[in-house]
Amino acid sequence: MNPFLYRRITTLCNCALLCSLLLKFYTVALDKIFQTCFNKSGLQNMARLLILGAGIAGQTAALHARKRLGRGHEVVVVSPNSKWNWIPSNIWVGTGYLKPEQVVFPLAPVYQKTGIIFHQAKAVSIHPEGDSGSATPFVTIEHTSESKSGQSENVYYDYLINATGPKLNFSATKGLGPDGNSLSVCTYLHAGETAKALQSLVQKMKKGEKQTLIIGTGHGNCTCQGAAFEYLFNVEHELRRQEVREKAKIIWISNEQELGDFGIGGMHISRGGYITHSKIFTESLYTERGIEWITRAHVKEVTKNEISYETIEGEEKTVQHDFAMLLPPFSGVGLKAFRKDGTEITTDLFAPNSFMKVDADYSAKAYADWRPEDWPKTYQSPLYKNIFAVGIAFAPPHAISKPMFSPNKTPIFPTPPRTGMPSGVMARQVAFNITDMMNGKAEAPKRHASMANMGAACIASAGANFFNGTAVSMTMFPIIPDFGKYPDTGRDLQYTSGEIGLAGHWIKHFLHYAFIYKAKANPLWRVVPE
Amino acid sequence: MAGCARIGENTMETRKPYEQTYYPPVPTKLTKFFRTNIFYQFFRFVVLNIKMLRMVRKH
Ligand SMILES: Cc1cc2nc3c(=O)[nH]c(=O)nc-3n(C[C@H](O)[C@H](O)[C@H](O)COP(=O)(O)OP(=O)(O)OC[C@H]3O[C@@H](n4cnc5c(N)ncnc54)[C@H](O)[C@@H]3O)c2cc1C
Repeated sequence: MNPFLYRRITTLCNCALLCSLLLKFYTVALDKIFQTCFNKSGLQNMARLLILGAGIAGQTAALHARKRLGRGHEVVVVSPNSKWNWIPSNIWVGTGYLKPEQVVFPLAPVYQKTGIIFHQAKAVSIHPEGDSGSATPFVTIEHTSESKSGQSENVYYDYLINATGPKLNFSATKGLGPDGNSLSVCTYLHAGETAKALQSLVQKMKKGEKQTLIIGTGHGNCTCQGAAFEYLFNVEHELRRQEVREKAKIIWISNEQELGDFGIGGMHISRGGYITHSKIFTESLYTERGIEWITRAHVKEVTKNEISYETIEGEEKTVQHDFAMLLPPFSGVGLKAFRKDGTEITTDLFAPNSFMKVDADYSAKAYADWRPEDWPKTYQSPLYKNIFAVGIAFAPPHAISKPMFSPNKTPIFPTPPRTGMPSGVMARQVAFNITDMMNGKAEAPKRHASMANMGAACIASAGANFFNGTAVSMTMFPIIPDFGKYPDTGRDLQYTSGEIGLAGHWIKHFLHYAFIYKAKANPLWRVVPE
Repeated sequence: MAGCARIGENTMETRKPYEQTYYPPVPTKLTKFFRTNIFYQFFRFVVLNIKMLRMVRKH
């Protein structure tokens, strides 16, 4: 090519590149100036998304929303704890395998880095129509940080996500919980105390004393059997590690009709030429590890050494214990709601169990009439279109396991679990829907996240050790059985599986680090799936 | 309530008919060996991750 022409073309290309870079720089700068001058002063449509709760669901929603919203919009999180807790690893804290500080990290630096406004406070009441002074909706919060403890404040919002999780309702059973006569692993602090109690029990066994450990659910309405199951097998593993297993009698007590129900009616998997229910595999594991089981039980009272329970047949029974880790039933955290004129509308916004009503079908139906369509898709409140509830905070339309009652009409069946994966998925979808509406891309929620059309992967630890630990790895699709599509078992057998082995433990350990990494909003956090 | 029977302690005293631990299937030594065999479990680790990713992609 002619050298002169070549130089001309190169110069022209360089000029074009420089111009486009300058143009890009000016556009970004102008955008920033525009946002700072207009949005923040309220001249433009700045909107605020308020998220109550910084657990698995709240944190997922907050990070996704912040990522998708321009700086002209605000994301505000209200949560009473200064730390984020990877709750599934509390099981390992409860045996002493991990220390409490290994399952938490402080939230404030993460929010500072990502530009999320954080109030360390608990939400007390929702005012979806504002009050007599202003029509802007707000939530009244009560600060819990040391510096502002007890102070109240109203936080205004355009969109609200309720991700407040469960209230650990220990008071439902007499003597239940760390303030009573049983232990818990539901929070990292509870789990830390439980580990100490377990170690002192081990010392007694080392001295030759026989001990009885009871692990399971502390009420006929409990959920989260999977967590108690994990703790059970981790304790058994720990006792073997400490060479005191033969001194321990371990008993599982639960409100499930059969072992392996886990609040989802159990699941069938195809293995060895048979389609087999999880009951068989679970009973096998209990037998192999020498664990006795009491099912169909509603625990009524826990005293220092005795647990009283009612059976599904209506009998009153007792069992002795030296150590009891019993999960409490869950309810909503007890938020109240008020109209503009101050009329209380809590019962309109929330179900009787204090979980928030969303776009589910709450009409009372017989078990035979339950349908996958009963389950919510967008998690939007039917009363106020700018309010959503995700994770454990939304009110399920009904149980998944078949409701069973004793002759005294005592309900003895698990309420539906909402585990980490579905909680994260629904939080992400709701965050996407809300940000689309805030960005003017949609007028109503478009993405769906029904548990009836969603699968779940769950790793239940059965003993923590890099070389001889095990975990049960389960996948299922869908979470809510669909007997219309899958008439025999309610689930797609291609996607429903379960197996126990060391690989599960490695995955569980890897997930511990991966989810904490993600919740810290470290680089590429979005690569880690919910 | 059932006796606390484990494989290896399978005496007439511990494994009583009509008790809960008498009936469930229990794993053989070989099955248990594979559960913690590093090489086999590495293979399962890969398989399980694929299964889970397939599940994640499904929604
Ligand atoms: C011991 C244990 C082990 C588990 N293991 C597993 C597992 O292995 N796999 C799995 O998938 N799931 C597991 N789960 C279930 C899993 O932890 C839940 O599904 C998940 O935490 C639900 O997320 P969430 O955000 O709805 O609730 P949470 O994670 O409980 O978060 C609720 C948040 O709301 C905050 N909050 C409470 N009250 C208020 C208020 N008034 N105002 C504002 N904020 C408030 C809380 O401080 C918290 O930050 C386990 C649960 C337990 C208890």
